[in-house]
Amino acid sequence: MTEKYHMPDERGHFGPYGGMFVAETLMLPIQELNQAYQRFMKDPEFIAELDADLQHYVGRPSPLYYAKRWSRELGGAQIYLKREDLNHTGAHKVNNTIGQALLAKRMGKTRIIAETGAGQHGVATATVAARLGLECVVYMGAVDVERQALNVYRMKLLGAKVVAVESGSKTLKDALNEALRDWVTNVDDTFYIIGTVAGPHPYPAMVRDFQTIIGREAKHQCKVQTGRMPDALVACVGGGSNAIGLFHPFIDDVGVKMFGVEAAGDGIATGRHSAPLCAGRPGVLHGNRTYLMEDDDGEIIETHSISAGLDYPGVGPEHAWLKDIGRAEYVNITDDEALQGFHALTQMEGIIPALESSHAMAYTMKLAPNMDKEQIIIVNLSGRGDKDMHTMAQREGIKI
Amino acid sequence: MSRIAAKFVSASSAGRKLLIPFITAGDPKPEFSVPMMHAMVAAGADIIELGVPFSDPMADGPVIQRASERALAKGMSLRKVLTLVSDFRKQDQDTPIVLMGYLNPVEAMGYENFAEAAKTAGVDGVLTVDIPPEEAEEYVVLLKAREIDPVFLLAPNSSNERIKKMDAAGSGYLYYVSLKGVTGAGHLDLDEVEKKIQQIKKYTKLPIGVGFGVKDSQTARSIARIADAVVVGSALISKIESSPDDLEKAKQGIVDLLSSMRQAMDS
Repeated sequence: MTEKYHMPDERGHFGPYGGMFVAETLMLPIQELNQAYQRFMKDPEFIAELDADLQHYVGRPSPLYYAKRWSRELGGAQIYLKREDLNHTGAHKVNNTIGQALLAKRMGKTRIIAETGAGQHGVATATVAARLGLECVVYMGAVDVERQALNVYRMKLLGAKVVAVESGSKTLKDALNEALRDWVTNVDDTFYIIGTVAGPHPYPAMVRDFQTIIGREAKHQCKVQTGRMPDALVACVGGGSNAIGLFHPFIDDVGVKMFGVEAAGDGIATGRHSAPLCAGRPGVLHGNRTYLMEDDDGEIIETHSISAGLDYPGVGPEHAWLKDIGRAEYVNITDDEALQGFHALTQMEGIIPALESSHAMAYTMKLAPNMDKEQIIIVNLSGRGDKDMHTMAQREGIKI
Repeated sequence: MSRIAAKFVSASSAGRKLLIPFITAGDPKPEFSVPMMHAMVAAGADIIELGVPFSDPMADGPVIQRASERALAKGMSLRKVLTLVSDFRKQDQDTPIVLMGYLNPVEAMGYENFAEAAKTAGVDGVLTVDIPPEEAEEYVVLLKAREIDPVFLLAPNSSNERIKKMDAAGSGYLYYVSLKGVTGAGHLDLDEVEKKIQQIKKYTKLPIGVGFGVKDSQTARSIARIADAVVVGSALISKIESSPDDLEKAKQGIVDLLSSMRQAMDS
């Protein structure tokens, strides 16, 4: 790559992916959003306010932690964890909701809506809405409401209304459908905070830009702490916001390998998984063209993953592009492997990861032993595992 | 002249407005669809919008969502919808059919394969909810080359700039979404609709159909006074929904509603 990476184009295309595939009523609001976003990202006052919030409210920079014992145990590359689990609200999601909520306020919107899968984005949205005094409605699939009951309670405490979505597969994709229906009905006063790098332009680029703080910090910290660049980056991919946040600042550094880890659920061969990049094909859903899990007729099929946050049939369009140009490699980890990653990190380092992040941990366990001891892996520890205690206990037959 | 354009021309010279019912293909059962289509024509339908069911109907309200789910549960697909159109054409070569749906099933089939298959089946127009003209260049060319009209949506918040875009890309008619919301939603504001249609007419010579929120004969009459065509969907599907196993009853329900709308529009 001699030319610097510069994506998307002005209409939101990453090669053939991305774009603005929405019904006419949403064209005006997404164009207005794009204009506001382009303007404020160049506004020093906005950037200063965002930076101050990230520092004092979120608690940034998050540490780049050297997992010494785990590295030694695996016997290969040295593993560094980017501790997004230590952010306020317990995951990387808040980096984006802080940014979008400030934008909403600047645009004079009084009502915030969001979709959520695991509930982390919903909590992060309810949190910033409470802080800014904005009305907040969170759409969540009825299945996820059940398996993430703790986060539902947190959102309610924060003053958000949580709507259980009963249509379709009752998971994240249906929550997104319902949020889009709300938005189309209430476009005048409502700001839709999408939680991942999907949706119509400008969301994939905008959410990415708010999340690249992860990679920018990691790059700097790695240089300061080790004196060199990492050899590999590992992050889980559902919609792909934590992964793109880590990857993007390294795209032009061709020596740095990137591994996006999709959820293989019961295994790719069983069809019960959430791995569109590994086993899907391109199509159009939720406003953008990207890899999807669909049947031969183009109907979206139900996904499966033990982690609600990865249980999504699509993926951010920039990941689709990075896959096609070969800049990032997309791999997959089953539910059972993710559980091994969960336990390994908990026992070796005293850090309980979210089930989403556990997929990245599990892949690191495969990758590290095949690398030299002098090499460095940065793994994105995108969220903490407290929210998953119930799921884990149930899976392992323990009553809490 | 396309079959759709011809309908508007002859209606206009007769001083009447078009009635365009929408049903979801395959709802509640695939074998109900063609008889229901013929019944709608007999009750005064000028054009039929046939919904192609999709797993994620983002622009639709609960009534059409459920219709989609029922149709998919019976194995309906874009290819099977085209088969229904072929069946309908065996008895009716006059009534235009517009397929209304989402882009992904078309993407899965491939634009050119779809355009070709639609032409062969006897489809006259295609309204794809989630492809704006900016993304539709290739799609529009492939459809128009086969004399299939690409129908585009306009909304209450569409700017003059966008109306011009739709005028350039679309043919047959433009579909004005009468309210901000999903299909079958709340109440439409007739004054607002009239004002917007006047604005739209400044930038296009294409006929304007109005839909979303047309529930009864009274609304149909009011809309017919200010637009070229009245589109009714959710209200019909509610009738079908209440008789899921009885074709005659379902037919009667939609025929009654359409006849009363036809009468109100023509009086």
